[in-house]
Amino acid sequence: MARIGVFICHCGENISATVDCGKVCEAASKLKHVAYATEYKYMCSDPGQSLVKNAIIEHKLTGVVVSACSPRMHEPTFRKATAEGGLNPFLCEMANLREHCSWVHEKGEATTEKAIDIVRTLVEKVKRNAALQPIRVPVTKAALVIGGGIAGIQAALDIANCGHKVIMVERSPSIGGHMSQLSETFPTLDCSQCILTPRMVEVLQHPNITLYSYAEVEQLDGFIGNFVAKIRKKAKSLDEKACTGCGLCITKCPQKKIPNEFEEGMGFRPAIYVPFPQAVPNRPVIDKANCTYYIKGKCKVCEIVCPTKAIRFDQEDEVIDVEVGAVVVATGFDIKRADFFPEYGYGKLKDVIDGLQFERLASASGPTNGEILRPSDGQKPKNIVFIACAGSRDPAKGIAYCSKICCMYTAKHAMLYKHKVHEGNAHVFYMDIRSAGKNYDEFVRRAIEEDHVNYIRGRVSTVYERDGKLIVKGVDTLLGAQPVEIVADMVVLATAGVANPGAEELAQRLHVSYDSHKFFAEAHPKLKPVETNTAGIFLAGACQNPKDIPDSVSQASGAAVKVAALFSQSELTREPLVAAVNRFGPPLYSTCVGCFMCQPVCPYQAIEREEIKSRDGKVIKSLAKINEGLCQGCGTCVALCRSKSIDLYGYTNEQVYTEVVALLNDY
Amino acid sequence: MSDFEPKVVAFVCNWCTYAGADLTGTSRIKYATNVKIIRFPCTGRIDFMLLLKSFANGADGIIISGCHPNDCHYTSGNFHAKRRWIMFKELMDFMGIDMKRITYSWVSAAEGARWAEVVNTTVARVRELGPYVSYQKMVNTHIEEEVTNE
Amino acid sequence: MKIGIYPGCSLEGSARDYNESVFALAKAFDIEPVQIPDWNCCGATAAHNLNKELSLALPARILALAEKHGVDEILVPCAACYSRLVVTKHELQKHPELKNRICEVIEMDYKGTSKIINVIEWIDKYIIPKLEEKVKKPFNYKVACYYGCLLVRPNKVLNYDRVEDPQTMDVVMSKIGATAIDFAFKTECCGAGLSISRTDIVSKLSGKIIEDAEHRGADAIIVACPMCHSNLDMRRPDINKYWNKEFNIPVIFVTQAIGLAVGLTPAQVGLKRHFVEVKIS
Repeated sequence: MARIGVFICHCGENISATVDCGKVCEAASKLKHVAYATEYKYMCSDPGQSLVKNAIIEHKLTGVVVSACSPRMHEPTFRKATAEGGLNPFLCEMANLREHCSWVHEKGEATTEKAIDIVRTLVEKVKRNAALQPIRVPVTKAALVIGGGIAGIQAALDIANCGHKVIMVERSPSIGGHMSQLSETFPTLDCSQCILTPRMVEVLQHPNITLYSYAEVEQLDGFIGNFVAKIRKKAKSLDEKACTGCGLCITKCPQKKIPNEFEEGMGFRPAIYVPFPQAVPNRPVIDKANCTYYIKGKCKVCEIVCPTKAIRFDQEDEVIDVEVGAVVVATGFDIKRADFFPEYGYGKLKDVIDGLQFERLASASGPTNGEILRPSDGQKPKNIVFIACAGSRDPAKGIAYCSKICCMYTAKHAMLYKHKVHEGNAHVFYMDIRSAGKNYDEFVRRAIEEDHVNYIRGRVSTVYERDGKLIVKGVDTLLGAQPVEIVADMVVLATAGVANPGAEELAQRLHVSYDSHKFFAEAHPKLKPVETNTAGIFLAGACQNPKDIPDSVSQASGAAVKVAALFSQSELTREPLVAAVNRFGPPLYSTCVGCFMCQPVCPYQAIEREEIKSRDGKVIKSLAKINEGLCQGCGTCVALCRSKSIDLYGYTNEQVYTEVVALLNDY
Repeated sequence: MSDFEPKVVAFVCNWCTYAGADLTGTSRIKYATNVKIIRFPCTGRIDFMLLLKSFANGADGIIISGCHPNDCHYTSGNFHAKRRWIMFKELMDFMGIDMKRITYSWVSAAEGARWAEVVNTTVARVRELGPYVSYQKMVNTHIEEEVTNE
Repeated sequence: MKIGIYPGCSLEGSARDYNESVFALAKAFDIEPVQIPDWNCCGATAAHNLNKELSLALPARILALAEKHGVDEILVPCAACYSRLVVTKHELQKHPELKNRICEVIEMDYKGTSKIINVIEWIDKYIIPKLEEKVKKPFNYKVACYYGCLLVRPNKVLNYDRVEDPQTMDVVMSKIGATAIDFAFKTECCGAGLSISRTDIVSKLSGKIIEDAEHRGADAIIVACPMCHSNLDMRRPDINKYWNKEFNIPVIFVTQAIGLAVGLTPAQVGLKRHFVEVKIS
């Protein structure tokens, strides 16, 4: 005989202002099997929770309905209180009287009536709740870090230093990411390579880190604590153990005219290459798409010159499975290129470049050895224009957000230019200067006041070429919207930061959500900025939104702590709200007819085939069986099952049908 | 019929529409009291026989709502729901069930205002259609017949 | 497929040359566009700033008339008329109540079934496919294609060509043997409706366009808008005075250029009506 307790919360006045709680309490107490009903001002407070605990003991309750806010808010709180009262926590249900009733309706009888309907429905449901035991799952104490930029490097080092194994997967031949392309960094103007490369080496040498460069995550299965990642190690056409990194093959490769990605297309590289001299690992790969041997079937110069015979033309991609307990996604970002901007010449004008290209021009190891020379003719630009917010904050371009880093790097670019070309003039067109951050605004002021960079507040309508010069037409909104025309030698666009190509596919492979701009979505914008909606997968760096280096590093350390916390236990407990196939004694065994229609619909491959055999080993029946470690409790198989043989704990057929009947009928 | 208050049952998924309806509350957007929500983990869990059960028990309208395509918490539950729905809808239409009484929508956790709009438009439409007595009558007569035949 | 033509005021007035060239070209390609009977003013350029309802009712009546006469496609050579008609169709499609209201005002039925095409689209669809066999004198000149403002804007509504650097006219011109120069002033303002009230502004703005085209070595400026043409051509004496230069680059309608290429005489395509002498033939 069920004995249900109903606890009605006023939530201060949040509920009681529009719902007549007294009336709800009275109606609840009259419901069949309700042994106790009460109301209280703050049910989630300590005294409120004690009220629940004591009532369970005092009234020998077999089920609890807390009629308060959304279960998404306080279900764990009241399940805990229920457990402390000596009842199985899954015998507690919440009736959502706040978000779904008091807050969305005016005060009145209909609102109170609706509240009563909701309470009645949950009372009927809780009567049919089962006492469930949490599922315990082991934790694999190894983390997968996807992406080897500064965020991935930081996360990997932090996790590894906690004593856990880390597997790092990097898509390109070297780790380092965009940070390795930068010349100097704001607000200190220290050299990017100088602070980054020691960390890259640390990753390579760390005993707890396994680095897979030139590799990609193809698939991720499993769940928190128990992921299995399929990693494709793309063929480098190289025996890495034999290779000493002498670089002879690189100098002898006859194919030398491939645009260099690391130099943002402003230099060339051979078909066998390392992206940059300080690359980690410092071993070359063969770019099959551009290698003469792979295209025409002959050449093999690299093989001939290699002193250690390390070239392997017949090497194939290798796909490996790794087991990990947590994943840190640190795949970074990309920028819009100049060809995205018709008004600035669609990328046709050679001297209109983007921010990353300018970084390479300013970099001592770049294509010009750090001299600022314009790409078209190698001349030193006397007049240079920087256009901030190229694409960013421009809904017409589909990018409504602020890319956050451009104000700072534009100030840095203008400064670097002035430091290298003393007689030159630097102009910056900007919308607003957003330089919030430690020592950031001081940095911008320095650019304006000490380096005399000409800041013009206004947008640029068009850039076109005339007689080898670039005409930049803009407006100065601080001078009464006066048109401004600057004859420039070079234009640098601070283009919008965007999601990496392939981010959407990766998100779908990892089962994490992403926003309309294809940036990965955090679980909560304020309180869970590092977590994703998928337990055990965390975010670090600019794959979430454009971020500068300090922010990326902070978030990476945050993600690392989340991983370390997860690995601090040897076992995880999971909610037992999973599906199960019914089982009976012989001769029926189960109503499952073994059609296995449920198998293809399961998103988690949690449905297995089980064979019931007689003593002499003859198969009597094939049944579906659900692996409760893999099942996430979506219930798709339940709705699909033709013989109604699968049910979902917490949302059983009996429960949901009862809810419908109870909701629509007064008892 | 002016004082007719339709009963509408909403079957929603926990991760998108239930959270979206929570947001409607947090944003204090008002909507009609006629809709009552039943929570499911995923639209993929929703057994469409529940719709018939609802109509038989006096529901005048129904809302089914879950995550937008590609946003499903369980990756593909909403796709399976939609596929089954396409078949089931045809069947119900064939059986003579008034499909104007059913709203199938996608409301994300960020679309609090949209949830209010879905509720209000559905309630307004069902209000215009009037009580769904014909279905209840049909179900009840059928049961009575069965009882007398026995 | 019944093709109608809406000339608008300018093609019967200041841009008779444009009108003649459109009909001459159509005839040369065996097309007979039907003038929409009883057509009225499209409302350009002032109506939409003064009275929204009027600015929609005027083009709506034209479209309704076209529907009434079973026209499938309305060719609108004037860019301003084209813009008004397309914008009206878009507005009425988006707002059904507004459509009902406008139907009441014009006392006619309007469904929105006729397609509105500009002169470049028309050339692309009906002239280009048969062009190769008809070209008699390739138009071997360097041309600056000037699109002006209304042919490609508002881009969201027109959904035609790329707004900052349109290409369609360049492509059409290349088909008759011309070389389209890389021209930075394709969509810069010519001064438009200030033609009457502030000739000084027109002289300055149109002058910039002409100056850049000449500077880049173009032999002619190609246009598809009567307003652009009158500002660049008719206002040339003012422009030259303002700039203190002797610009003599001719301004030719795209239909005239194609007409010449397929063997029509300068008189047939109305070249003699120009203010700036056209030495090309």
